[in-house]
Amino acid sequence: MYEFSYYKSGSVEDAVEAMNKAEDGKFVAGGQTMLPTMKHRLASPSDVIDLGGIAELSGISVDGDSVTIGAMTTHAEVAASGDVQAMIPALAQLASGIGDPAVRNQGTLGGSIANNDPAADYPAAVIALGATVKTNKREIAADDFFTGMFETALEDDELITAVSFPKADSAAYMKFENPASRYAIVGVFLAKTGSAVRVGVTGATPCAHRGMRLEEALNSNFSADACDGVEIPVEKMNTDIHASAEYRAHLVKVMTKRAVAACS
Amino acid sequence: MPIVNMNVNGNPVTGEVEGRTLLVQFLRENLGLTGTHIGCDTSQCGSCVVHVDGKSVKSCTLLAVMADGSEVTTIEGLANGAELHPMQQAFMDNHGLQCGFCTPGMVMSALDIVNRNGNELDENTVRKELAGNICRCTGYHNIVKSVTAGAKAMGD
Amino acid sequence: MAENGIGVSVRRKEDNRFLIGKGRYTDDINVAGQTYAAFVRSPHAHATINGIDKSAAEASVGVIAVFTGDDLAADGIGPLICGVTVPSDDGEPHRAPAHPALAQGKVNYVGDHVAVVIAETQAQAREGAEKVGVDYTALPAVTDTGSAADDGQPQIHDVAPNNMCYNWPFGDKDAVEAAFASAHKVSTLDLVNNRMVTNPMEPRAALAEYNAGTEEITLHLTTQNPHVHRLVMSAFNQLAPEHKLRIVSPDVGGGFGAKIFVYAEELVVGWSCRKVNRPVKWTGDRTEAFLADAHGRDHVATAEMALDENGKFLAMRVMTKANLGAYLSTFATMVPSYLYAFLFAGQYTTPLIYSEVKTVFTNTAPVDASRGAGRPEATYLLERLVDVAAADMGLEPAEIRRRNFIPKDAFPYQTPVVQCYDSGDYETALDKALALADYDGFAARAEEAKSRGLRRGIGLSSYVEACGIAPSAAVGQLGAGVGLWESAQVRFNPTGNVQVFTGTHSHGQGHETTFAQLVTEQLGVPIENIEVIHGDTAKTQFGMGTYGSRSLAVGGVAIAKACEKLIAKGKKIAAHALEAAEGDIEFADGNFTIAGTDKAMNIAEVAFNAYVPHSYPEGLEPGFDENAFFDPMNFSFPAGTHICEVEVDPETGVVEIVKYSAVDDFGKLINPMIVEGQVHGGIVHGIGQALLEVCRYDSEGQLITATYMDYAMPRADNVPSFDVDYAPTDPPHNPLGVKGCGEAGAIGAPPAVINAITNALGVKHIDMPATPENVWRAAQGAA
Repeated sequence: MYEFSYYKSGSVEDAVEAMNKAEDGKFVAGGQTMLPTMKHRLASPSDVIDLGGIAELSGISVDGDSVTIGAMTTHAEVAASGDVQAMIPALAQLASGIGDPAVRNQGTLGGSIANNDPAADYPAAVIALGATVKTNKREIAADDFFTGMFETALEDDELITAVSFPKADSAAYMKFENPASRYAIVGVFLAKTGSAVRVGVTGATPCAHRGMRLEEALNSNFSADACDGVEIPVEKMNTDIHASAEYRAHLVKVMTKRAVAACS
Repeated sequence: MPIVNMNVNGNPVTGEVEGRTLLVQFLRENLGLTGTHIGCDTSQCGSCVVHVDGKSVKSCTLLAVMADGSEVTTIEGLANGAELHPMQQAFMDNHGLQCGFCTPGMVMSALDIVNRNGNELDENTVRKELAGNICRCTGYHNIVKSVTAGAKAMGD
Repeated sequence: MAENGIGVSVRRKEDNRFLIGKGRYTDDINVAGQTYAAFVRSPHAHATINGIDKSAAEASVGVIAVFTGDDLAADGIGPLICGVTVPSDDGEPHRAPAHPALAQGKVNYVGDHVAVVIAETQAQAREGAEKVGVDYTALPAVTDTGSAADDGQPQIHDVAPNNMCYNWPFGDKDAVEAAFASAHKVSTLDLVNNRMVTNPMEPRAALAEYNAGTEEITLHLTTQNPHVHRLVMSAFNQLAPEHKLRIVSPDVGGGFGAKIFVYAEELVVGWSCRKVNRPVKWTGDRTEAFLADAHGRDHVATAEMALDENGKFLAMRVMTKANLGAYLSTFATMVPSYLYAFLFAGQYTTPLIYSEVKTVFTNTAPVDASRGAGRPEATYLLERLVDVAAADMGLEPAEIRRRNFIPKDAFPYQTPVVQCYDSGDYETALDKALALADYDGFAARAEEAKSRGLRRGIGLSSYVEACGIAPSAAVGQLGAGVGLWESAQVRFNPTGNVQVFTGTHSHGQGHETTFAQLVTEQLGVPIENIEVIHGDTAKTQFGMGTYGSRSLAVGGVAIAKACEKLIAKGKKIAAHALEAAEGDIEFADGNFTIAGTDKAMNIAEVAFNAYVPHSYPEGLEPGFDENAFFDPMNFSFPAGTHICEVEVDPETGVVEIVKYSAVDDFGKLINPMIVEGQVHGGIVHGIGQALLEVCRYDSEGQLITATYMDYAMPRADNVPSFDVDYAPTDPPHNPLGVKGCGEAGAIGAPPAVINAITNALGVKHIDMPATPENVWRAAQGAA
């Protein structure tokens, strides 16, 4: 790892100010992706601004039909939260399957979605639940947040403060794990509210996305069989040593069908 | 250079570190607590698991400065004098270790499993919960037995 | 039986230190004034080096020195060697290209060693290493095992045209051809044995100190065989004379073969401590382990079996291409030859076997022994081929094996491939395994799985391996540069406790316990008064180290022989003290007794008399301290049947191992708890190969699987618990009646797993690793 200046910020304002002063600053939340990246010398920020001391960024609250989760809330806290389990059990289950127990004790919701790894779990839920990403500057709709591989709508000095997830009538997350990294080769989060279905797909493409064709099919016929006729565009799928595009396209369908079955 | 203060295994410690110093480096190099090991650089193998404020973390994926002010427990902090902690004893009784390199991380993860899941553990739970600890020697069979037995003994 | 003697599952003596964090691995050791080494590694798979500019690195903060291959050569440090000669079919020995520890004008794989930077801290060394300017001209690379020797491929070494190391034919080609021509049936199988990275959990490390006063280098290393390292580094690398080089191998976090070899980093660190006159430490990280540890396996093969109308094997033919990587590692040549083709008979009476092994150089890391070394490759090929033959003949897999087993009254059994098996009872092991696996109940379980949309399959693997490596005369005849005996010294201290010095090395196997059990059994000394010492050339006598499941079968016998000498000497001392004739003294349970009386003397008292010989037999040397060497007459031949049962989800290709049963013949068990642990670990290593692990380079020679993010190690939730039992036979040539157990699981498991998957899907073959995608594709084909 290259040396850097470390700054532990005490508030959101303080963190943003430190970022604005830094030559090439980076916020660190749980550090579970960022630190390995820095250890491999693939990132070399001049300044690392630690958000770990900002109490207001942690915590889970329920407001009517939505649950709001602070950006620095760990995966373990989300997984264990009675509120999340009661409101959106699939979200708690998703959090309980990220990485491993030690990673879940450090890794955070905000860190995960700000990094937007193509194989991360949370983006699928943010998209499928139509969550709202709250930052120090504004609120960003899920559909506008994830803009490309490791790219988001966040500006350099913009910090996620919380994510608000509306409750769905039923929801399920089906993840097909990479046997090595335990990231998603394909993860499908399906949320059904009234007759409206939203499908968030991660792992399959360079950036998590809505499965619009699957949604269309499921909106008219909410059954696993309805997915059979949907064409998943193979040419848009990722290919790597763990899974070809063709296999990923197949898995998108299989995971969606399993999510439908779990929601039925 | 930043100064960090921690309580490690019940002892207050202080040390000067670089921003980039990992918790595992601080433990091994500054404090000489070499029971915590480094087996990979991608946060996968779990040889470096310690407890920070009662929760398991991978000390190779945490800056020492991020743990400033924390209570840290390492493998060296478990035994009561010459008497092994029940989980350590269970690993010995059930042959849950061979080369010993992954063992400190395994034991620390095992304690975290008990903290979260209680003293009656089934095999599936243990296997799932150990997903962040890699062992090349044992084939896990006896580690699973050790964790289950250790959890039970901790409840007795 | 002694309280903690042979056959008792004694808790391990070594565990306490590991459990309280007091293990002492190489990287745990620090010495005053220590500096740190970092290696400049090639980013290219194949390139010429036009020049190396050290200046920026030398000016970097904290950097003490930068060395290149020229500096090593100037000091006369020799290249790394390969210690076993294999003849090629042109009558010449295998092609042996120079393997400099730091590159000389050319690099041949990604991770190849170009320069070393020594600095005050590890971070400064790594930063310095990044600043070494290397001017490369990239060359086209060759990585593919199957085509590396084809015309038109990039050439790696001038001395090895067509990238060939050797082509080694073995067996009576004409007789095999004739048998195939008249066979009732010929079964054929093409397969790949996947390349693995051995991955002991502790990365390699080295710490070197030079004492200018004594001119001695002390080198702490992660090695399985400290004396072999010392010998090679002295005799071939000219690092220092043997008596001025001390190798210490402290606690070592697993080896599995990867820590047998003499590596560039070890030699360079050992040399550089004298150059900078400061201690030098190097600790590899996991990515360096992936790049530069010797890898394992990597074969492409075609196997054929000729059968008669009853399913009896008439002849077998195997054509193999094996990848040795960019250079020859220490024992690379013998792995795909003697450790492979000599196992093709397996448990069967196949009378005629012919094989050809073509070994090739590629722009990949060197390939050498990895848990099992050659024997997993042979067993996988044979046990897969037997299942294919069973299907071709319409025979049940257990039945075709039974028809071809060497019968238990046929031992010793001379196979057509050199090995003469000394003992075995394959049918009993098979029967026990079938019972343990509830083989008869499989059909009902498969039916039930079908109702859940899953396909259940069951697979057998009946393996035999040759370990207890090895009879020196036999390996010498085959071209090995060393003898493979083992040594022991058993030393009583005057106060009656015992130190046992062994030339083997324990890096997880529990020798400190098992060997102490041998001694307590034989000498009657309480186990807590026995200490086993290994891994330091300044403490222990020369020994050959630990690999090839040899430590107990060879090293254990040496200990037993030293104990026998102590007993013989003790009888003389006791006879004198008890005023009896030596012939009247009997020894049992730690006491020398005058036969037929209750007049006795404990062995501790005898030891005291030997060191305080005030009243002592005339002419007898004082002291109670004996050494012994043991050179076995033959290999040992563990064998067994493993049965794997899987459920396959045809929709995703996910394979779950739902049941795994192993029945092995290891001869006598000294510590059943430790043996069972070795079996478990070996099985999971084998399951890893079968389902998860593969080392991949792209066509340009970049290593794609360089971290645990991409190389899938088996984890606790990938495997089940195991049912393990034994069907022992007594090996007549081994005085302890033991065979060795460390590699069996890794040998037996891969074909058992793949046979179960092909059974579930009803397909002929699927290559390892049977990843979900590969299985899904196979299931599509079968549907």
